Amino acid sequence: MSPQKRGLFTWTMVLVTLAFFYLPLLLLTFFSFNHSKSMVWEGASFRWYAALFLHSPDLWASFGKSIMIALSASLVATLIGSLGAIGLYWYAFKSKRVITVLTLLPLLLPEIIMGVSFLIFFSKIGLPLGLFSIFIAHTTFCIPYVFLIMTARLDEFDYSVIEAAYDLGAQEWVVLTNVILPICRPAIMASLLMSATLSLEDFVITFFVAGPGSTTLPLYIYSMIRFGVSPVINALSVVLIVGTAIIAVLTSRLFKYVIQK
Amino acid sequence: MKSRSGYAYIAPLSLWMGLLLLAPIGIILSYSFLKRGLYGGVSNQITLEAYQQLWSPLYAKVFLNTLLLSGIATVIMILMAIPTAYFMARSKRKTLWLFLIIIPFWTNFLIRIYAWIAILGNNGIVNQCLLRVGWIDQPLRLLYNPLSVILVLVYTYLPFAILPLFSTIEKFDFSLLEAARDLGATRFQAFYKVLIPAIKSGIFSALLFCFIPAFGQYAVPALVGDSRSYMMGNIIARELTITRNWPLSAAISTLLTLATLFALMVFVIQGSRPARVKPIE
Repeated sequence: MSPQKRGLFTWTMVLVTLAFFYLPLLLLTFFSFNHSKSMVWEGASFRWYAALFLHSPDLWASFGKSIMIALSASLVATLIGSLGAIGLYWYAFKSKRVITVLTLLPLLLPEIIMGVSFLIFFSKIGLPLGLFSIFIAHTTFCIPYVFLIMTARLDEFDYSVIEAAYDLGAQEWVVLTNVILPICRPAIMASLLMSATLSLEDFVITFFVAGPGSTTLPLYIYSMIRFGVSPVINALSVVLIVGTAIIAVLTSRLFKYVIQK
Repeated sequence: MKSRSGYAYIAPLSLWMGLLLLAPIGIILSYSFLKRGLYGGVSNQITLEAYQQLWSPLYAKVFLNTLLLSGIATVIMILMAIPTAYFMARSKRKTLWLFLIIIPFWTNFLIRIYAWIAILGNNGIVNQCLLRVGWIDQPLRLLYNPLSVILVLVYTYLPFAILPLFSTIEKFDFSLLEAARDLGATRFQAFYKVLIPAIKSGIFSALLFCFIPAFGQYAVPALVGDSRSYMMGNIIARELTITRNWPLSAAISTLLTLATLFALMVFVIQGSRPARVKPIE
């Protein structure tokens, strides 16, 4: 496995790919410290960070809404998705395949289809568009990820542990809380993390189901970038990239479950 | 194992997905067969009007355009991803490389689009530099064309191609490549006739993960495209929110969903078919 086994071509392609990924992000970082409002370097300054942190109340309000939705949607999605995965895994149902396909459907549908069908559905049943409609939409598209992560974990461990617990006289409730849930803990953490990330990140579906006064952070960013380049977005980008990197470092031992999807 | 309380586990899941996923999809399908309401919405009259409207050169052009843009972007992604994933899989520092791919993958989607607006936009870095140096008198139109849509699609979805390819190539037995070389294959032949067939399933899942989001794209053409690079997603949104022709929007959505499911089926079937061993001439 010496580097020469990977020829010059692969080395070049990797460097091109990494440059392609990181140059734009590095340029954003560089210009976020620019004093000038335009994309021409005129000396270093923290003024856009000051503008971001001190003078952007609307942006932070939208961030608060995003956090609220991410927390509630990831909790509910993890609860429903985990229970469903455990149920389908441990118990025999006739409709097992149907439920599995139905649960995984959002992974296959284009986002815009989910957004449009939610919008039409909410207007049909008369649910006003707002934070609650966003919560419902986000929970729905997070459930399949939770389901996949949990199923991967359940596949991994020894079924006989459960049988042993039953043989030793444990009640179903005890088996769930004292055996299954502790075993699934890393997968539950990964599900929460994945759902919260997807929810914080989502733009397209939210775009269709948000109403007046329920602007989430991605919607706010969208409305800002539609008007072109702004140094405040440069600063915000850097904050988000650094935040992402920190979360990735802290949670790297959960990667296994997240990548397996 | 049979259990009565088993139903308690799956009831919330089935109810949620049935009521909040299946019902909305059912409604959108039924709306595509209804007549357009006078003031937006629909009236309760069954008709094929929306599909007749859809059957026109205008929408055929958008459909082909969508296919072309997402197809080209997907091919570029796969071509970039195979060598990158191969490199990562043979590296001793897999975690580091994986980490480097995951950071841009997790960075906010809109920020990743914005990075290119900041670089190529009319007030972007490239134009500002060229103006400052005096090579141009007015900004070049580097964005808002089909090429910039392809570029940004590749940028945003490339990790979706690298990650599944990485996990497939990681399981590949690299000594097979050496065996092929020993038996007289060139480096390229070994790559093309030994590695590629062996990682076929990974290639098809990469195709799937890249093509489906690119094909159903809304945000990228909306932000860095123009009317020539409109994709089906943009037409769906326009008919829904601006023209307020809900049946037409529902009909395009149905078409987009069917096309996506068709692509999915082809990729899954092709990907799961065992690779045929081709002799090296």
